[in-house]
Amino acid sequence: MRLSYPDSIRIIQVPCTGRVDVIHLMEAFQRGADGVYVVGCLEGECHYLTGNLRAKKRVQYTKQLLDEIGVGGDRLEMYNIAASDGPRFSEVAREMDEKIRALGPSPIKTMLQKLHADDLSIHV
Amino acid sequence: MIVAERKPLDEIIGFIKDCKKILIVGCNECVTVCYAGGKKEVAILASALKMAFLKEGKELEVKEVTLERQCDQEYLEEIRDIIDQYDAVVSMACGVGVQFMAEKYQSMPVYPALNTLFMGGAEEMGVWSERCQGCGQCILGQTAGICPITRCAKRLLNGPCGGSTQGHCEINKDLPCAWQLILDRLKALGRLDDYDRLISIKDWSTERSGGPRKIVREDLQQ
Repeated sequence: MRLSYPDSIRIIQVPCTGRVDVIHLMEAFQRGADGVYVVGCLEGECHYLTGNLRAKKRVQYTKQLLDEIGVGGDRLEMYNIAASDGPRFSEVAREMDEKIRALGPSPIKTMLQKLHADDLSIHV
Repeated sequence: MIVAERKPLDEIIGFIKDCKKILIVGCNECVTVCYAGGKKEVAILASALKMAFLKEGKELEVKEVTLERQCDQEYLEEIRDIIDQYDAVVSMACGVGVQFMAEKYQSMPVYPALNTLFMGGAEEMGVWSERCQGCGQCILGQTAGICPITRCAKRLLNGPCGGSTQGHCEINKDLPCAWQLILDRLKALGRLDDYDRLISIKDWSTERSGGPRKIVREDLQQ
């Protein structure tokens, strides 16, 4: 298919979205991610039965936390895409990229860059 | 277990807004089991606080520690060597742990990260409910193992009030009437005679209204 998706997106593989915990999502933002989205299998089709449903609830919980600290829960999303659905994966990647660009840089990233302008070890 | 939940982040941030280095201390007992103040929740709170500070252009240094128990002197000792390096301690234990921490480390500001709610159990994953109010004189033996002190809104001792409707309490239609539960269970156990036996006037002095309680066991004292 040779489909492309924005190069701003970095993929972190997990065996199942059920492995994704609140702290993983928080750490991504803490390290300066502008947005994060979790892509799980279609609901009802989890190989481990409920992994993607658990992930969905954890994403919801983390959204609230991000709202509470003023980073913004809308920078975090969950999508369900079939493993074989390349076109949809590419479409969602573009959709998320556009959404985050519209929201602008994360305030955490902005501050990290400001506070560590001289520190080359911090890549955000 | 003692059931608690995290305070709103704004409240916690308010406690430590002038700090640069804090120690967040979790507890491996009850609050771990009710997902409020265990190792995982310590990590999430640390991350949230660091980001909340960063957003304001400040960097917060956070050390995460989770002790076996905070309601026990020997485990609180484990942080003695490091505690002085921090501006404050944020305890993710129940109110008991927070107070033991504050008593042990007199010169250190200690702040609670949780609201301690009740003694209860997990009905299912993510649902906890109250089962005991620590009245100091357990009557579960007469009430089919269902506590009317905790589960009846009026703490009635001898049967339901007039507000019991179709097995539910008048204060909330989702709340089962404790005395209906007791009656049903006594019936199922073939022990309805217990219902006829009056429970005498309760001595509430062993409950919280008698002031803070204490047990001294000389056989265990050193």
